[in-house]
Amino acid sequence: MLCQECKKRPATVHLTRIINNNKTEFYLCEECARQKGQFNISVPFSINDLLAGFMGMDSPSVSVKKEGVRQCKNCGMKFEQFRKIGRLGCRECYKQFSDELVPILRRIHGNTVHNGKVPKRAGVELRITRQIQQLKSKLQKAVEVENFEEAARLRDRIRELEKQAGQ
Amino acid sequence: MSWINEDGPCGGMVISSRIRIARNIAQLPFTSMASKDVCQRVADMVKSSILDSNSIISRDFDYIALKNLTDIEKYVLVEKHLVSPDLLERSDVAAVLINKNEQISVMINEEDHIRMQSIFPGCQLEKAWELLSKVDDIIEESVEYSYDEQLGYLTSCPTNVGTGMRASMMMHLPGLVATNYINTVIQTISKVGLTARGLYGEGSEATGDIYQISNQITLGPSEEEIISNLNIAVRQIMENEKRAREALLQSNRIQFEDRIWRALGILTHARKLGLKEFMSLLSQLRLGVDMGIIKNIDSIKINELMVKCQPAHLQAYIGRQDEDLDSIRAERVRNELSKIV
Repeated sequence: MLCQECKKRPATVHLTRIINNNKTEFYLCEECARQKGQFNISVPFSINDLLAGFMGMDSPSVSVKKEGVRQCKNCGMKFEQFRKIGRLGCRECYKQFSDELVPILRRIHGNTVHNGKVPKRAGVELRITRQIQQLKSKLQKAVEVENFEEAARLRDRIRELEKQAGQ
Repeated sequence: MSWINEDGPCGGMVISSRIRIARNIAQLPFTSMASKDVCQRVADMVKSSILDSNSIISRDFDYIALKNLTDIEKYVLVEKHLVSPDLLERSDVAAVLINKNEQISVMINEEDHIRMQSIFPGCQLEKAWELLSKVDDIIEESVEYSYDEQLGYLTSCPTNVGTGMRASMMMHLPGLVATNYINTVIQTISKVGLTARGLYGEGSEATGDIYQISNQITLGPSEEEIISNLNIAVRQIMENEKRAREALLQSNRIQFEDRIWRALGILTHARKLGLKEFMSLLSQLRLGVDMGIIKNIDSIKINELMVKCQPAHLQAYIGRQDEDLDSIRAERVRNELSKIV
């Protein structure tokens, strides 16, 4: 069916107007409907609805099976509950529900890796953890080539850093 | 009241720039799963992180527990955009730290443990972020945040994770509304990860042709990228708004000016003004001031008037609740405008 107004584009909007018991019906395309200014086409909806929609897109059979057991061990938030309220219970939820969350994050943000600000405190720890990882692989190589002097030096440095990270 | 009674760059179309970031304290459950005791601990930790810090910024802050405020006082804070409507729903545990010039507010026990924001007049997102990031650093000196190497700052809602940042600009867009172009603009910006909301944020209606344009995506782009994307979009919206205004003016100058002068006439003489009517008349007045048609009023006066005539401000002004606010609003507008017009 073509739009009654422009008679060019397909009618995608069905508008029923009742004024003093007189019913008039229109079949319009989106553009003509907007020009008529009768109503707002872009229906506002909240992030909650959107999120629920995203999660509803997951294959229901799989999620239903998981729901019975899926619960955050740290705060007790059930996955089912999260689906309803769209809010997680604690930082652990991100880890425990990560199988379900990562695809959701990708849909919302188009991305799954943070590239912004790093807190100073976590920043220091992160740097140390990365440094330890690097030193450990160096240590392994040193042991492989039987360079024990170097290995002992690396081991001491790792211990030092681990002590720092622990504080 | 800084965004309200100070002028900023591109002050006409862009009323204010706001940055909000969400933070949670490591080891504690998010607000939705937190007991009253945990919420109290959160409040104490955040309060002392600012008030007991040695930095210069932190000296200016006042701590307000919401349970100690009357309903009118709470809504006054909402109307000044210092707290979110959501915070009021947790009044038993919620609190807010506000600095003296009301540029910064740190909400405690909102959806996230900490939601802090800074508002500047006009287009000044960079400045707002620069200041807010300092406050963020001050809190972090004594509070450890929930932060994940890969996902960034962890938030209660996955739509805020990453930077936890919502940057927004409050824009006055009467030209785009009058030419029916506004919906196209809203649809277009949604394709680049931005969104438009009403005066009081999510779920609120756009009254007085005022829209808040903000980023939707928080994970991936850095804070600076979020800000620069928003700046680019807002600049283009301003360009379109300018064109729409010129087109309206050229197609029928008399009608364009008539509407503005009529708005001023009603505002200065009406005996009853409903909020919606007031907001749309004020929009015309703001447009008139912006276009140089009305000369002895400035945009600061308009912002002040807009905030002063919101329901809670009027009730605070008369010191009573449940009054016939429409006639009080009309009286207040007459008084304020008669001094200048």
